[in-house]
Amino acid sequence: MSLDYGPDAIVMKGLDGDNWRLADYAKRGGYSALKKVLAEKIPPETIVADLKKSALRGRGGAGFPTGLKWSFMPRQFPGAKYLVCNSDEGEPGTFKDRDILRYDPHALIEGMVIGAYAMGIGTGYNYIHGEIWDVYERCEEALAEARAAGYIGKNVLGSGFSFELYNHHGYGAYICGEETALLESLEGKKGLPRFKPPFPASYGLYGKPTTINNTETFASVPWIVNHGADAFLALGRPNNGGTKIFSVTGHVARPGNYEVKLGTPFAKLLEMAGGMRGGRKLKAVIPGGSSMPVLPADIMLKTDMDYDSIAKAGSMLGSGAVIVMDETTCMVKALERLSYFYFEESCGQCTPCREGTGWLYRMVNRIEHGQGRNEDLDLLVNVADNIAGRTICALGDAAALPVKSFIQHFRAEFQHHIDHKRCMTTEPGYSTRPTLPQREAA
Amino acid sequence: MLSPESLKKIDLAVAKYPADQKQSAVMAALTVAQDEKGHLSTEVMDFVAGYLGMPPIAVYEVASFYAMYDLKKPGKYKLCICTNLPCALSGAEHAAEHLKKRLGIDWNETTADGRFTLKEGECFGACGDAPVMLVNNKTMLSFMSPEKIDGWIRELK
Repeated sequence: MSLDYGPDAIVMKGLDGDNWRLADYAKRGGYSALKKVLAEKIPPETIVADLKKSALRGRGGAGFPTGLKWSFMPRQFPGAKYLVCNSDEGEPGTFKDRDILRYDPHALIEGMVIGAYAMGIGTGYNYIHGEIWDVYERCEEALAEARAAGYIGKNVLGSGFSFELYNHHGYGAYICGEETALLESLEGKKGLPRFKPPFPASYGLYGKPTTINNTETFASVPWIVNHGADAFLALGRPNNGGTKIFSVTGHVARPGNYEVKLGTPFAKLLEMAGGMRGGRKLKAVIPGGSSMPVLPADIMLKTDMDYDSIAKAGSMLGSGAVIVMDETTCMVKALERLSYFYFEESCGQCTPCREGTGWLYRMVNRIEHGQGRNEDLDLLVNVADNIAGRTICALGDAAALPVKSFIQHFRAEFQHHIDHKRCMTTEPGYSTRPTLPQREAA
Repeated sequence: MLSPESLKKIDLAVAKYPADQKQSAVMAALTVAQDEKGHLSTEVMDFVAGYLGMPPIAVYEVASFYAMYDLKKPGKYKLCICTNLPCALSGAEHAAEHLKKRLGIDWNETTADGRFTLKEGECFGACGDAPVMLVNNKTMLSFMSPEKIDGWIRELK
């Protein structure tokens, strides 16, 4: 097998798809960061301070500074504390953690052990998306290897520090990617997000202090320990340290994962993914996973891929899932599918989200099916505004943001659907979703 | 109710969590039980509840919340196609239409011979291989073209 994540790759460097075992990882210099930390007895505070300096930001979606998050953990708190890895990767468009888990699982394990050492944590869980069962099984094998070699378990490498790590699998619930829903799920319950505060650092798994990071975040830690915070920061931009794996999907010639320095222009990333499929014209991009606002081609082509640049352009980097749509894409149909997703995956706990996601889906559905009403566009925005910010977790916002941004940037296309009862793109309306029963207009 | 092999797997899962947190193993236990029995009947869920010391209702809640648990018996092969946006942009709907025609069933239906059940899925986290399909929850098939689908259907007897 051969894998190519691009010339900037540091996390995914040297992977060929088969060299995932501990012996291969060691050959690439694996576990040297952990050995260094334990042999030199680097103070935990120094590791946390270095992470802050590196400007490593959470790779799961929110982009929260990792060092800062680690500093919230009450190190001296007596009793159990937990470290959790969020590998419940289900944000439409995202498939980077799957590659880390199956091709470089020991990088994640090493990052977690270092994190546990830095925060004084004794037990960890890696929550893996249930749909990638073969990857879960491989992670079980990798953990067994790490345990046999003394990298996890009692008295890690004779240092006196102990850390137990286990894999836990999900079984089909997008909401469990939300960190407090994930904790509920780990406790053997429905994945209903918890109200925050209290935040997991004070009340997490089993009510104990808990830190949760994304897979890619943990996998970046060994490199930072080995090469230093300054080197990592220098790869990216101020406040946007390091490289980032972008999952590029949609109408590109070579969909896949590409690891680039933060701040790389979108046009360069598109080129790495082989450019537009069939040489067609770029229409729109969702730059950070389906929950983030869509941006039209002209804005994207001027935007660099880092947290702050994408925020300035009007969207968010999110999980780094870049969904590319060409000129044949019907934006109404695209939004219909996304709205159905949030309707389907809403956990039902908060009324604005439970009811509102259904209203959004039914309205976009009727516009797509030629039954749209003139007042629908303003009504859609109104409903979206009444969901966002009024729910326990961010799924409400995630349902609202696509609706608002699709209408903001492509309003004429939605209006055309309402006026002419058909699509204005080259490909005719081809929704395969059923037409939903609608009430008579008042 | 469950085989010694299944119970051994459940015990291994229970050992991952603190002694007073056996409930954490419920997702693993239900997965093991479903693999053995084909679906989760009330009797099986009650057994899992007893085994883990949970109220039965707490087990029903979990089994009905997570999409990959089957409370009704599906066909021998449960085919779950992701039709979410990234997969749709790479032909998931055409693949789904082909499969529907080929099997003569719609979403959530089972073929008359009981071999195939068709389900619409949400993101599996494998969008780079789009369009993707899960067979019986644990096997993922990638880059589905009509030709590949026909080949798989022939193989799945």
